[in-house]
Amino acid sequence: MKKKILCCAALLLATVLLLGFLQLLLMPKYMADKQEGALIGEYYRETTAHDVLFVGDCEVYECFTPPTLWEEYGVTSYIRGSAQQLPWQSYHLLEEMLKRETPKAVVFNVYALKYGTPQNEAYNRMTLDGMRMSREKLSAIRASMTEGESLLSYLLPLLRFHSRWDELSAEDWQYLLHRDTVSHNGYLMQTGILPKTSDREGVPLADYTLPATAMFYLEQMRLLCEENGVALILIKAPTNNWRYYWYDEWDAQIADYADGHGLSYYNFIGLDGEIGLDWSTDTYDGGAHLNVYGAEKLTSYFGEILCRELGLAGHRDDAEISAVWAEKLDAYKQEKEKGNTP
Amino acid sequence: MSFTSASFLLFAVLTLLLYYTLPKRWQWILLLGASYVFYFFAGAEYLLFILFTTAVTYLCGALLQKRADAEDAFVEENRETLSKAERKEFRAAEKKKRFRLLVAGLLLGFGVLAVVKYTSFVLSGVSSIGQAFGAAPLRIPTLLLPLGISFYTFQSMGYLIDVYRKTARAEKNPLRLALFVSYFPQLIQGPISRFGDLAPQLFSEHRFDGFRFRSGLGSVAWGYFKKLVVADTAMIAVKALVENKDGGFTGIYVFLLILLYSAQIYGDFTGGIDITIGLSEMLGIRLAENFDRPFSSRSTKEYWRRWHITMGTWFTDYVFYPLSVTRSMQRFSKWSREKLGTAVGKRLPVYFATVATWFLTGLWHGAGWNFIVWGLLNCLVILVSQELQPLYDRFNHRFPRLTASRAWGAWQALRTFLLMGLIRSLDCYRNVPTTFRMWWSMLTDWNVGELFCGGLTSFGLALSDWCVLLCGILLLALASHLGKKRPVREWLAERPILLCAALCLLAVVILLFGAYGIGYDASQFIYNQF
Repeated sequence: MKKKILCCAALLLATVLLLGFLQLLLMPKYMADKQEGALIGEYYRETTAHDVLFVGDCEVYECFTPPTLWEEYGVTSYIRGSAQQLPWQSYHLLEEMLKRETPKAVVFNVYALKYGTPQNEAYNRMTLDGMRMSREKLSAIRASMTEGESLLSYLLPLLRFHSRWDELSAEDWQYLLHRDTVSHNGYLMQTGILPKTSDREGVPLADYTLPATAMFYLEQMRLLCEENGVALILIKAPTNNWRYYWYDEWDAQIADYADGHGLSYYNFIGLDGEIGLDWSTDTYDGGAHLNVYGAEKLTSYFGEILCRELGLAGHRDDAEISAVWAEKLDAYKQEKEKGNTP
Repeated sequence: MSFTSASFLLFAVLTLLLYYTLPKRWQWILLLGASYVFYFFAGAEYLLFILFTTAVTYLCGALLQKRADAEDAFVEENRETLSKAERKEFRAAEKKKRFRLLVAGLLLGFGVLAVVKYTSFVLSGVSSIGQAFGAAPLRIPTLLLPLGISFYTFQSMGYLIDVYRKTARAEKNPLRLALFVSYFPQLIQGPISRFGDLAPQLFSEHRFDGFRFRSGLGSVAWGYFKKLVVADTAMIAVKALVENKDGGFTGIYVFLLILLYSAQIYGDFTGGIDITIGLSEMLGIRLAENFDRPFSSRSTKEYWRRWHITMGTWFTDYVFYPLSVTRSMQRFSKWSREKLGTAVGKRLPVYFATVATWFLTGLWHGAGWNFIVWGLLNCLVILVSQELQPLYDRFNHRFPRLTASRAWGAWQALRTFLLMGLIRSLDCYRNVPTTFRMWWSMLTDWNVGELFCGGLTSFGLALSDWCVLLCGILLLALASHLGKKRPVREWLAERPILLCAALCLLAVVILLFGAYGIGYDASQFIYNQF
């Protein structure tokens, strides 16, 4: 009897281990393709604290480069953004980050405030699967699930990705147990150039009111920052594409909110001359996002504002931090030089 | 709460834990509570319907029993004073009164089913006729169809008939009767149990039996395999072939649909029943088997003895036989013998009862002409086979070696399988004319070659899915073959280590190859809709 129980226990253990292995194997690795999916998880590799944390959607991880901020101002920063990162995801990510560190400022890009409901399962996955298990992750999942999604499939991603068995590639085996770092402190470098070609404006909307749910999470972020003694700065990254249009009506609502709560709000749209942006060379996708050249210009411009507003002195005198960042800067420059245009 | 949802698994585990830890006298109360919780999660609004059916069944059953007891007591008390003829007369009069009560109960019970299930169908028919005569179209209401209503109504009405026939005593405790009506593992897709078989098991105390528990667990796991790996994978293709978006899925694709839908419905329905039977077995309750390797049947008649057995026997016992012996049918029989001769006259009443039974069977499956035609076609095949029986017998007699061979048996099974599959495809297409058009296209559109030029992967199934599906079907066939004499799960239950290994393997296979989650349409069991 004892032998039978032991045998069954061994079989069950072997099955659990096998399922664990299959889960590791079948989860998308986001290394060669759709690298945005790898961004959120990379934050946990950070060994030093940051002066500034950026949160938001693709507009933050494409438009600001932490290595430039370090190089020019000695300011340490990290971008916690992912593709179509929704306001509630940004809030819960921020909650998680503020448990680990207390930066001087949190910079939140407001574009995603146009979303008031869960949007897309694939983007949810890219943001949420990268988070470590925590109360914040569970809250973010609950707030983000689209119809047909289940909490269980986030806790056991094998339930979501089980059907990938027939599309496994060498990458899945190569990155079974580890991942490369694809970002530079959350910045996903794009060196390609695809000039903006259309001057088309955004299509008129029936209602320009930003969704109450989104504004609720903005308020939660403000309160969270206030609780932690962190300055919250609102920004709107520059875009020049009708698909990612930022309406004046939306802008006015954010400006009112910022005014009402004593927050700084910087809308970089239309400041091309001051920033030095050239939409024929500084974008890799026709004006939707900046490429590395545009991002460096914007970071340089915004870095000055940050230093002035927050009184940041930089950490160049700190040998330990300098050593860490020298390495980061080196990797950044190497990739930039190499270029990643296909 | 679908059987394939995580919440159902959790619910089942909690129920089992409580079932074997609570005092045994509370087991049936726990099952009643669990059944209502289960049904509540299916839709709180459905509770009203099941409560109504339960109340009607209980009250009618109690009244029928009261009258029957009074009748028996009267006859017993007056056995010496009443002559045999008087007793017979008294009983006949009493039976009439009980019959009226029964009819009232049946009207109320089936009435609810008829209203929720068939109102739209009838109204749309009336509307179409009206429109043909220039009337404005009627507004067809969309009525709520409570989950499993066909199953629990048939089970309840079967109980009433049994009480009327005195083959079962009415249950005195309304809560116990409520459990018989709502017992959750079989609530939504059967099997349709008889009171005499199920009730004693529901209300008796059950000690944990390791063998039965293991056997049940094996059955549940196998059911999930059938449903998630075979049925739901086949469903992807069936859906695409039926939707026929580009209008190109004719000819050979219709033939494929017939095969794939056979795999889907077999995996879906027998899988669901395996889960039901397995879970009941784990609770110490043995339910009636609903399938006996139906695809190995050599004739339509045999097929219907092996497929959805409890429904077949229900219709036989409660529709076909009673209909065959009604006074009007006997009069019709007499008339037809006199007017049409013995040979035809003997057959006509039986055929009439058969047609009526199959018409109702079709209607039970769904409110639509597809289902009615499906029932009548099954009936037609059975009647024609019956008529041709002498011819078959002569053939068998002339070629005894051939007809006794395995190859002949295989041919007969294949023929039955294809014929049943063809008729079954009436479930799939939008309406009867479309179905007939699609059948016709099998003869007119010779597009077999398309299958090998990308056709096989043009309706939702990638090559890898085909591999999973074919391996799954082979495994089903193997298990069916091995379980000819004794179910494989029972054989495994005697070998705990092997069973554990099989369960682990099934778990990995289901989790990996099952068609579930995002990217696959969450699919209910097909028979939940009936």
